[in-house]
Amino acid sequence: MAGPRKSLLTRAGRPLVVAGFAVLLAFPFYWMAITTFKQTSDLYNLQNNPFVFNAKPTLEHLELLLHQTLFLRWFWNTTIAGAAVVAITLLLSVPAAYALARLTGRWGQRLGIGIFLTYLIPPTLLFIPMARVVTRLGLQDTLWAIIVTYPTFTVPFSIWLLMGFFKAIPRDLEEAALVDGLTRLGAFVRLVIPISVSGILTVVIFSFTLVTQEFVYALTFISSAEHQTVGVGVPIYLVRGDVYYWGSLMAACLITSLPIAVVYNLFLDRFIAGFTVGAVK
Amino acid sequence: MAVSTAEIEGVRPYARRRLRGARLLGLALFSPAVLYIVALVGLPFALAFLYSVGNVTVGSVGYRFVGLENFRSVLQSPAFRRALLNSFVFTICTQVIVIVCANVLALALRERFRGRGLVRFLILLPWVAPISLGAIGWKWILDSLYSVINWTLARMHLVNLFDPPMWLGEPALAMASVILVHAWRMIPFSTVILLAGLTSIPREIPEAAAVDGAGFWRTHFEITLPMMRPIINVAVLFGVIFTFTDMTVVYILTRGGPYDSTQVLPSLAFFTGVLGSDLAEGAAISVFLVPILVVVAALMLRIAYRAEVT
Amino acid sequence: MAIVETRQLTKVYRKGQAAAVHEIDLATRDGEFLVFLGPSGSGKSTLLRMIAGLEEPTEGDVLIGGKVVTELPPRARGIAMVFQSYALYPHLSVARNIAFPLKAHGVEKEERLERVGWAAKLLGIEHLLDRRPRELSGGERQRVALARALVRKPTVFLLDEPLSNLDAKLRASARDELAQFHRSVRTTTIYVTHDQVEALAMGDRIVVLNEGSVRQIGTPHEVYDNPADTFVATFLGSPPMNLLPDDGIIAGFRPESLLPPSAVQGEAVRLRARVTHVEWLGSERVVYATVDGGRFDGKKVIARIPVSIPATFEEGRAEELLVPRRQLRFFDKASGKRTAPPEIAWQ
Repeated sequence: MAGPRKSLLTRAGRPLVVAGFAVLLAFPFYWMAITTFKQTSDLYNLQNNPFVFNAKPTLEHLELLLHQTLFLRWFWNTTIAGAAVVAITLLLSVPAAYALARLTGRWGQRLGIGIFLTYLIPPTLLFIPMARVVTRLGLQDTLWAIIVTYPTFTVPFSIWLLMGFFKAIPRDLEEAALVDGLTRLGAFVRLVIPISVSGILTVVIFSFTLVTQEFVYALTFISSAEHQTVGVGVPIYLVRGDVYYWGSLMAACLITSLPIAVVYNLFLDRFIAGFTVGAVK
Repeated sequence: MAVSTAEIEGVRPYARRRLRGARLLGLALFSPAVLYIVALVGLPFALAFLYSVGNVTVGSVGYRFVGLENFRSVLQSPAFRRALLNSFVFTICTQVIVIVCANVLALALRERFRGRGLVRFLILLPWVAPISLGAIGWKWILDSLYSVINWTLARMHLVNLFDPPMWLGEPALAMASVILVHAWRMIPFSTVILLAGLTSIPREIPEAAAVDGAGFWRTHFEITLPMMRPIINVAVLFGVIFTFTDMTVVYILTRGGPYDSTQVLPSLAFFTGVLGSDLAEGAAISVFLVPILVVVAALMLRIAYRAEVT
Repeated sequence: MAIVETRQLTKVYRKGQAAAVHEIDLATRDGEFLVFLGPSGSGKSTLLRMIAGLEEPTEGDVLIGGKVVTELPPRARGIAMVFQSYALYPHLSVARNIAFPLKAHGVEKEERLERVGWAAKLLGIEHLLDRRPRELSGGERQRVALARALVRKPTVFLLDEPLSNLDAKLRASARDELAQFHRSVRTTTIYVTHDQVEALAMGDRIVVLNEGSVRQIGTPHEVYDNPADTFVATFLGSPPMNLLPDDGIIAGFRPESLLPPSAVQGEAVRLRARVTHVEWLGSERVVYATVDGGRFDGKKVIARIPVSIPATFEEGRAEELLVPRRQLRFFDKASGKRTAPPEIAWQ
């Protein structure tokens, strides 16, 4: 093991701090898991110790969720919308990021900062006029409302990330391609894009997670349960009057959150690299 | 792309043409994104201001300029004043908690250790999960009857199980709960950013400090933290934006209640403008977000400028 | 009493892997400039860092000033260190950088100012006290790093390749400044480098390291003229010593010892070689040749012949070259270690 002799405080303190935070931060998900599999009678019994299974674990909440609610529909809606949004995002941001990283000089930097600033304009400022625009276009209560509006936050973010990736590609490579006979556009399509596949993939993943996270626009533009996304459908529609179906609710949260978490973790290091380049530029 | 002798000999016009061609290509590649953003961000942004000084409702067809009428009416409403205060209080409290926790956590995570991957996965969960789902998870944990927190506290004889704290039902507790959930969500994000900043400090610097005689605390406060200042600023600014402009947590946990005590600007704007169909007043409320955004944007630009200069 | 002493100092990073530093014993002499010389991976930096307390030894002890310090943190060892990157605190002014170790040891403000002034004066950087590190040149940064090391009046200075990050041009003058600095403060100094020219120029003694072990400790003269094994023989000197293996024995001689007959007096061995390539470097010619005939037939040799010796060399032509017998060194082929001259016949 490299490094100097560590003091007892450091050696003992660290696992405590890390374990403590890990428990506190992950606890709600652990709680979701327990709630998902507990029988209703067990859940709503104040005498029971909530940390253990006082009755046998059950799949009834899962069954209810999957068969008697629109959960799968919402999941599907979100996936479709997500795919479409990611496609639009790539189409808009990959060329723009390349242009900003390469072809425009000082202007490029100003525009880049401008793009970044638009990311700071929140949906909670735009959603009211946006609602009107969406209604005027006749897109209300359809997934199209989302597909059209979500790129407003995925595109600036993606341009910013991709700029970092493109800047890291040495100009020499493209210049060699130009000498070899490609046009600039050709060099972009045949050389830069293939090299940046990992960066583009990162952008795909993070755009998709941004889509799944979104709440405000979906809540505002979509009024019927069948067209809703999973982020809004779950907390809003898994309720009968005042009564929440906690078992199924927690199941839904868990099913939705875990895959996103796994994928996100796989790509986090790449994201950090792009982020630190972008933030300090 | 073949190059003719004539082109080579007339070097200047050739170069100029290449440059112009490159510029045109840049413009072409760039325009779709810009056009999209201008149309779907710029336009609504302008409309937000227009609505706030106009008379628009969901049903109305025309537009009538009413000056500062909406603002006057909004500022007089106690709900608005409460929401404005809450927005600041929640944001500041959240940020303080987050920065302290993220600092501690980033320090603890700096060195490699066994299980670091798993720990990272667990720690990131609050940030990665959709906000609404994390919030509804907390709603269950803070439930008035079945809260696991209350059960645990009762077991430790700190509260009475038959008269438990209403985490989402009493104003002060509700505010604390909202702050807690915001902080819970932001700590992973800030930790990751701070960790990146921490690892960017060259190893030799803390070693030099160790040789120079600095113990852990002195090194941390006099060397590490000052060197991390730019990245801490970035983390704080993002944190402020994400908390100040968020309506999801409040909407899901408390719907702004009890009695508007946890209302914030974005959620009030939503209730007024979307549910209440008063677009003009809703817009006026959300316009109050702009000053904060401008300040944050200005500070971000300053950090970026400073980073370039050094 | 040696200022710095190591006893059987060992560092193993991962069980089962070869040791980075293997059972090293050494002791410094008072006020000397001791150089740790070796290629990358030889363990020289690890050794230094264990002396500093930045690495925990797997086995063995470090003694400073006669006291066992193996368990002590760096700040309790009375050492000062200059790092390869100088590790100046970027957010502090030069004055604050220099004052930092004093502040960390609780020295009062008045005395701090005085000592900073003294150190700055000694290194000629008083005019830089208000600047930030990023505004300084490489040479200036070295001086600030030295001032910061000096200001606590430590028992020993540890320098970890401080010249590696400098421009080639700058290196010579920076080296000179370092040597001057040592002459004026006369504190025991341990200096790590991979550059044998630096080692020969600056060291009072050189510790030649390879693969975690000490190959030889000696003055520059000793390690150059009487290398203890083939590694030391080839690591020092550029171009390296010519080594001709034959029958369990390796014969060696330095390029500057391979000369035309006109330049050699006294007992010498004769070598006939065909010239493959000549580099003219202004003050000398470097002649690359292949031995022609005899027991060393086909082996490559290099000769450095000063321009002051009149001789012409043509590519392809065979030449008669001599090596004075007293310049021959012999090494055992199996172990690489130095042995006594055997009876062998030359061409």
